[in-house]
Amino acid sequence: MALTVTDLACARGPAQVLANVSFSVAVGEALILRGPNGAGKTTLLRTLAGLTPPMSGSINHVEGAIAYAAHADGLKSQLTVFENLMFWAQVFGTSSTAHAIEAFDLAALAHRRAGELSAGQKRRLSLARILVTGRPIWCLDEPTVSLDAENTTRFAATVKAHLANGGSAVIATHIDLGLPTARVLDITPFIAKGLSQADPFAEALS
Amino acid sequence: MIGLLKRDLALAIRAGGGFGLSLAFFLIFTALVPFGIGPETGRLADMAPGLLWLGALLACLLSLDRIFQLDWEDGSLDLLATSPLPLEGLAAIKALAHWLTTGLPLVVAAPILGLMLNLPGPAYLPLIASLLAGTPALSAIGTFGAALTVGIKRGGLLLSLLVLPLYVPTLIFGALAATRGAQGLDSTVPLVLTLGITLGCLALLPFAAAAVLRVNLR
Amino acid sequence: MFAHMSSIWEYANPRRFMATSAALLPWVSVIAAICLIGGLIWGFFYTPNDFRQGATVKIIYIHVPSAVMAINAWFMMLVCSLIWLIRRHHVSALAAKAAAPVGMVFTLIALFTGAVWGQPMWGSWWEWDPRLTSFLILFLFYLGYMALWEAIENPDQGADLTSVLCLVGSVFAVISRYALVFWNEGLHQGTTVSTVGVGVEESEGVSSVFLYPMLTSLAGFAFLFLALVLYRTRTEIRARRLKALIAQEQMA
Repeated sequence: MALTVTDLACARGPAQVLANVSFSVAVGEALILRGPNGAGKTTLLRTLAGLTPPMSGSINHVEGAIAYAAHADGLKSQLTVFENLMFWAQVFGTSSTAHAIEAFDLAALAHRRAGELSAGQKRRLSLARILVTGRPIWCLDEPTVSLDAENTTRFAATVKAHLANGGSAVIATHIDLGLPTARVLDITPFIAKGLSQADPFAEALS
Repeated sequence: MIGLLKRDLALAIRAGGGFGLSLAFFLIFTALVPFGIGPETGRLADMAPGLLWLGALLACLLSLDRIFQLDWEDGSLDLLATSPLPLEGLAAIKALAHWLTTGLPLVVAAPILGLMLNLPGPAYLPLIASLLAGTPALSAIGTFGAALTVGIKRGGLLLSLLVLPLYVPTLIFGALAATRGAQGLDSTVPLVLTLGITLGCLALLPFAAAAVLRVNLR
Repeated sequence: MFAHMSSIWEYANPRRFMATSAALLPWVSVIAAICLIGGLIWGFFYTPNDFRQGATVKIIYIHVPSAVMAINAWFMMLVCSLIWLIRRHHVSALAAKAAAPVGMVFTLIALFTGAVWGQPMWGSWWEWDPRLTSFLILFLFYLGYMALWEAIENPDQGADLTSVLCLVGSVFAVISRYALVFWNEGLHQGTTVSTVGVGVEESEGVSSVFLYPMLTSLAGFAFLFLALVLYRTRTEIRARRLKALIAQEQMA
């Protein structure tokens, strides 16, 4: 298994959002997270990425295997497309940006400043960043927002190629990417209803 | 790490990066001083070392909220936190980038502004030395303050409130070194103490900054 | 010994804390009132005037204890912050939060009484004397600490950030203290105990005429601090619980 989650409870700020989340993602498999707005998909992904510590439960994967992409594009508008990608390549210690530029058809834009791009183009650049990390487990939060049909297909093809190469992915999305090895996980049953965060002072005044 | 430093320097220098704003502030501060305390050169000369230190400190303070705020707003701080770069290293690089784009230009500008305030001749070397020794501490302390307030909307004023008391020892020793130089006294001891504070700040504060960043990114 | 040590942490349990503090609070308050009233009346009316400073010197019965408690309050916040960072006891974090305004007021009292006391001697209301200046900086630290608590909505996040600030601030406060001595040699009278002996040259040690009312007043301030912190911590716990209940209601 590339990623195994056991009895995970996640919190957003002081409030518990999800409880008893258990799933595993195999090598070459994609897990599609579904659930209503505010259910906790983003919180779950942030917890998987290691930004938010889990309230309880465990997340098992090889250290440094997760590449995280959030709602925000994380781009520097003063830098060019190429400079943005090159920066992340340096941070992640991978040197090549060529395959990422090709996968998202960014060659024509490579020397434009990110600030001049349209929302869809920014998104493509942001997704290209994931390829540049060279990490096997992708945790993507609504990756297809502001992508047109053509680029959504391009993105799906990239994910497919990644899975075929022995990668895995956890993707919060509402659209059907047409991935052959995708499994859908509806997180609605895990919503921590009424179970507010273990209030440390719950018994203080009883 | 080098990549991050290069990016931050490039961002600071390009349009909208704010490079030079602190320098301009330092210039305006120095230009305003005589309006406040009068144009007599003798009095200005007496106060020049302390005023230049104070001006440099305030100019430094002005640019602190940019250290993490921009990365926080566009989401790259989240992405950096999930990268192989340790947050301690991130904080250290951010402090270094801030010093290179703010502290170092202030050190270079200080002697020129010293001419405007009639800074006594023997004070130039101690002033430059004390600013060189002290401004890295201002950047390191400021990086900690910026990390502390990164998640707070309109946290700029709070940042100043938190950071200014922490600047007290650096200011005291740094300005004392410059002032003693102006009076023709030996300024080795305050210089060494300034350097000591800087080294201590550089050694320890990146860890504190990383700890509070981790809390703010949760 | 170890059984005793482990039992200390039981008071960090919120329920245990609420029960214990409820039982202690009236006693602590009464002791504080007795010591304060007793010590101040004793000091103000039943000790001789200073030959140089006259009755002004009697302000030390307020000045010295409030200054001592201003520092100790910060020290208590430091210990509570460390306990929170290391052992994650929520009561400890809230006790640090509760102590800050009390410590700040003690600092203000020390600054104000110091100015009033020093004015006839120094001829000005404010002197940049190292010790007075240290208290001014301590006041700024309290201000920053409280402002940071105020700015953060999530209580655990607030506790984490203010604890680290308290830790870093403490180190810088100590450095500032020595920096200030280096900066200006100072006009301040000697240490606390020798202050008590001002004007009584005939007695080498501290005259018990001054020492006992001072110690009584000091105990009064210490118990007052304890009572206020217990009271405020209880309020913080209730406020925190209330917030959790409201949040729960909104979620349901």
